[in-house]
Parts: sequence; structure tokens; C-alpha cells
Amino acid sequence: MNPKDIFELLKKEIGDQALELVEKEYHDPFIVVRANSIVETCLVLRDDPNTLFDYLVNLSGVDDKDKFVVVYHLYSLKHRHRIVLKVYLDRENPHIPTVERVWRSANWHEREAYDMFGIVFDGHSDLRRILCPYDWEGHPLRKDYKTPDYYKGIKVPL
Amino acid sequence: MGLLNRLDNPYNISPGIVLGTMEDLLNWGRARSDWYLQFGLACCAIEFMALNASHYDLMRFGCIPRTSPRQADFIIISGTVTLKMAERIKRLYEQMAEPKYVLAMGSCSICGGPYWKEGYHVLKGVDRIIPVDVYVPGCPPRPEAFFDGMIKLQEKINKQKIFEKRARVAQEDAKNGNIGNIHLPHGWEEVK
Ligand code: SF4
Repeated sequence: MNPKDIFELLKKEIGDQALELVEKEYHDPFIVVRANSIVETCLVLRDDPNTLFDYLVNLSGVDDKDKFVVVYHLYSLKHRHRIVLKVYLDRENPHIPTVERVWRSANWHEREAYDMFGIVFDGHSDLRRILCPYDWEGHPLRKDYKTPDYYKGIKVPL
Repeated sequence: MGLLNRLDNPYNISPGIVLGTMEDLLNWGRARSDWYLQFGLACCAIEFMALNASHYDLMRFGCIPRTSPRQADFIIISGTVTLKMAERIKRLYEQMAEPKYVLAMGSCSICGGPYWKEGYHVLKGVDRIIPVDVYVPGCPPRPEAFFDGMIKLQEKINKQKIFEKRARVAQEDAKNGNIGNIHLPHGWEEVK
């Protein structure tokens, strides 16, 4: 299926929770959905016999200055097509339901997005930091992050 | 200076007899049987693996990898030291028995390398947490550069005095006003 058909399918299944389809030649076509309906959307895309997106290639966070974006790259091993989902989150209080129950590999990806951006995945079974040490302060890939001067008595800047 | 190098022509004096001090003899043995901790960090460790293989043959220096810090004579910091890893490296170093040496391999472990500016999680030089004996620059260093570092390390070991070390250290401490023999490595400062 091409992105337009997938978007039509989503419109039919979840109504206006699927906000828009963006197709430009310089990036992969992506569909913007609302945060509350992300689990429902993913279940539809995974289980519908025409889409069968059984593989979560990547889940990542993006700091877009005025908002956070969570990006899902999906691929179907059967149909060999792919689609990108995007969810825009409020910068002050970034919360989104986890898709860990849909694709189990989302577990570590979500932990990474939490570690780097502080996006909280509600319902996640084990939302700890995955790359930084557990006692790290702040979320380093945020645009407003300040490198600490000391970490456990070790000077950090050059 | 090695034991054999001290004498201009040891075999001519009397075949089979070499003269030297006990210290020379021990240092000669130590410098030629350096066992290192089998430990790698980042891309430099890949170069280090090539160094260990038959083409470059690190074992010609008498280097044998040890998987326990308690059996190792020196540690090669081969790659990027993240702050998370820094604690572990310090602990490994502290577990090694004296005399111990540190060889910093690659620009990452010398000064942070490509992450010197934006690396929020990279230690800018491993000498901030443990004392380094030999620096081998490069990104990654060629095996030949590493050999040069090994030769420097052997030179250093050959020159060392090993007897009555405690007495000498105590003397130096008394001279420098260090009480109780506590040495904080360079770069460790107390923070609240
Ligand atoms: S010095 Fe270069 S090759 Fe070595 S660990 Fe750093 S980036 Fe990798």
C-alpha cells in the first residue's frame, strides 16, 4: 500500500485522530496522529491484513524547539512497505502511552527516548535510563541542556 | 637501559656470564613480560585487536592478555572513556597490583578526541582519573605508533628503581608535605 491508502485506512478506522499526511520529496511520507490514540493506531496498522506492519524499525524522540516529536518507523516484512508515524507532544509535560504491548522491541527504544529527552511513556513496564548512568541529571539531547561542570567529582568540560 | 645493553659487548668478556645489579636483572624481566589487562573501549580497541593478531604480533613484547586486573602489569585505555565507564576504569586500576602502568591509546583517552567539545558524557582525558605513563596519539594510532609506545614503556620500566620503594615514597612525601600517603590523581577535586 502507498502512504495515501494507509492514511485512508487510518481515517476509516480511527477517524479524525489521524491528523494529516505529509508527503514531500525530500523526506519519507509521514502521518501525524494524536498522542492518546497512538496505541490504537499501531494496533490497526499491525493487525490489518492490508498493512501488517509487524516490525518497529525505530522509535526516536526529536526536540523541535517548541514541541517534542516521537517518530515511529514501521516496516512490513510481508508487504515490504514502510510508513512513518509522528506524534507531537507538549514541551512542558511530554506524556504518551507506550506501544510496548504492540511491539516488544519498543521497550528499549522508549527507554532511550526517555533518557535523552525526558519523554514519559505511560504504562511502560520499566522506564529507566538506558544509556546515561542512573543518577544522571537532565536529559542531554534537549536543546536547552547544559553540560554539567562536575560528575561525581570529575571535571567534565575541557 | 637493559641488562644486556649496559655492557658494551657482554659475550666477549666471558661467554655465558653477564654482570649487572639485581635491579637490572629484575627490570629486564619485568620490561619483557608485560601482561596487560584484556580490555577495550571503542574503535581504538578494534585497532588493538589487529595489533594482537599475527601480522603485528604484540606478543613479541612478552605481552599476554590477562582477564583479571589482579594479574595485569599494565592497562591500555583503548578508546573513548565515558563518564559512566570512568568509574569502572578507576576501579579496575585500583584492583591492579603494584607496580602498574597505564598506556593511553588514541586521542579520545588523551583529551576526549572528536568529543572534546560537544561530548557531554565523555571524560576529556583519562589522566583526569588515573595517572598515565605513556600517551600514544592517533585516531586510531597505527600499530607502529603503538609499538613506539611499548618501547617507551619498556624504557621507563628499565629505568625504575624497585628496592626500598616505600622508604623513598615516604621520604618524598615528607619533603612535599603529603601526610598519610594519600594521592589524589590529577583532576580529582572535592565537590560538594
Ligand atoms: S581516538 Fe579515534 S579511533 Fe580511537 S576511540 Fe577515539 S574516535 Fe575511536
